[in-house]
Amino acid sequence: MSATQNLIQAEPVSRKLPRRGASRRAKRILRRIPVWLSVTVLLVVVLYPMLWMILGSFKTQGEFFANPTWALPESLNFANYIEAFTRGNIALNYRNSLIVTVPSVVLIIFLGVAAGYALEVMVWKGRRPTLLLIMAGIMVPGQMILVPLFTAYFKIGITDSLLPMILTYTAMGIPLTTFLMAAYFRSVPRELFEAATMDGSSPLRSFFVIGIPMMKNAMLTIGLVQFFSVFNDLLIALTFTTRPDLATIQVGLLSLSDQYGGTNYGALFAAVSINIVALLIVFIFLNKKIMAGMAAGSVKG
Amino acid sequence: MSRVFGDRKTVLILLVPVLAVYGLLKVVPVLWSLGLSFFEGNTLRGFEFVGLDNFTTFFTDGPALHALWVTVYFAVVMTAAQVVMGYLLALMYVFVLRKGSAFLRTAVFFPMVLPTVAVAMLFKSFVAVGDNQGPVNDVINFFGGDSVEFLATTSGTMTVAILMTLWTSMGFYAVLLYTGLLDIPDEVIESARIDGASGLRLVRHIVLPLSAPILLSSIIFSFNSTLKVFDSLLALNNGGPGTSTSPLTLYMYRTAFEYAEYGYGSTIALVLTLLCLVFTVTVFRSSAKRTED
Repeated sequence: MSATQNLIQAEPVSRKLPRRGASRRAKRILRRIPVWLSVTVLLVVVLYPMLWMILGSFKTQGEFFANPTWALPESLNFANYIEAFTRGNIALNYRNSLIVTVPSVVLIIFLGVAAGYALEVMVWKGRRPTLLLIMAGIMVPGQMILVPLFTAYFKIGITDSLLPMILTYTAMGIPLTTFLMAAYFRSVPRELFEAATMDGSSPLRSFFVIGIPMMKNAMLTIGLVQFFSVFNDLLIALTFTTRPDLATIQVGLLSLSDQYGGTNYGALFAAVSINIVALLIVFIFLNKKIMAGMAAGSVKG
Repeated sequence: MSRVFGDRKTVLILLVPVLAVYGLLKVVPVLWSLGLSFFEGNTLRGFEFVGLDNFTTFFTDGPALHALWVTVYFAVVMTAAQVVMGYLLALMYVFVLRKGSAFLRTAVFFPMVLPTVAVAMLFKSFVAVGDNQGPVNDVINFFGGDSVEFLATTSGTMTVAILMTLWTSMGFYAVLLYTGLLDIPDEVIESARIDGASGLRLVRHIVLPLSAPILLSSIIFSFNSTLKVFDSLLALNNGGPGTSTSPLTLYMYRTAFEYAEYGYGSTIALVLTLLCLVFTVTVFRSSAKRTED
């Protein structure tokens, strides 16, 4: 942050210099043209595909065939959305996604924050190796655990539910979360916990009374990162979707496109657009946290 | 004081749930899978110990080697593209747009939170041909070219997959590298400017060396995620045409769950894990050597 502030402060100084003539100013404006051009191109490249998809979701089948692809929809009709929700099972898919994602993320966060405290604030022999063992899980690809888990879930007879997904996502989210929580606890001054002990608080009490409230921000940030990684996952969901009505939204989207092949564009466009718009709304409100969380997850990981 | 924070009961209460979940659902399966890679068969048919046969099969199995090649190719091209593009964007944010970069930073980042499946559907339609031709081919037609059916060829599919992933991830890498560039002290850059360094020379001699650590993290992170590429290639063109763009992850998935070859599937998963390990260690090593020089 300090770097941007300094850059901003430095600017007025350099801006005063070219005041000598109008030609200087014209030169400056000319020099800015390539910058504005590249910013515009960048924004078009990033935003146009999404805009095109959302506009397409309002088109009728006839418009898809008759009008050029860049044409605006003739009217704002929601028939495609109704079609996607009723025939494509999108509503059920969303419900499944939420049933899976919410408990997984809550479990990941609470298990992670407890582990972070136990590994960073508590002092005991073997805490480094334990942290390393958990961190090693960050690199292991999901494929490495799917076959045994599938067998085990089958043996205890839970493959007919959403439970396998919840359990697997929880296990897969633990390594990164624990690691980040430990890193956050490291940045909290130890004196805080020590002072609480002086006042007679047991370390377990301190965890609930000081640790968790202090980690609120970190829990929200990491929670968002985990939310996206669970909600957007395909591999685990595909593996444990043993019946069509267990499909999460990603599996649903995939089968929707297989099912309609290249024929019912409107419903497919609507189904994809729902995803874009829903996540856009989340992103508009929480973009700072999401960006910070995702960046932290990769640099430290 | 240390005795209070060494309280065994507290450690156990906080750690046992995590270790139970992690141990049962991650560590045990990894070891189990490791063991399975020496067996042939599945749960219904029974398992037969085959020693290292699965590994020799892997290195003589055409589709497997092709999948390995797809994975490595995708990871290398993607990492180069993501990190270079992200770095260019980050340089633009820090040195050209300065305080005006917030909106662009956020907008370019946004596709990163979209589900890969949805993005793949979008790009599939975006490059489509036929009666619902997408904008890409319209542009090609506009300049007098014939429509190209990108998803009918291996190279076309790969190109779309790479551009699509770049579209999704460049904003993320830009933000990642941007935070790294912000950590460079202003005095360093100012004094280099006073010494006459500017533009490209400033970047090459001052900024680049100082952002080496964050670049390294980005490269490692990028390899670790692109080597595991699964949903984008599956959702874009089902790993096709044929199986020509199926990466190891998809080949493993099909071997294990469509052909019920649990043993061989586990072997492929192990190869994939080792691949991630090798890439990470190699990048680390090469960077350590360079700093020694």
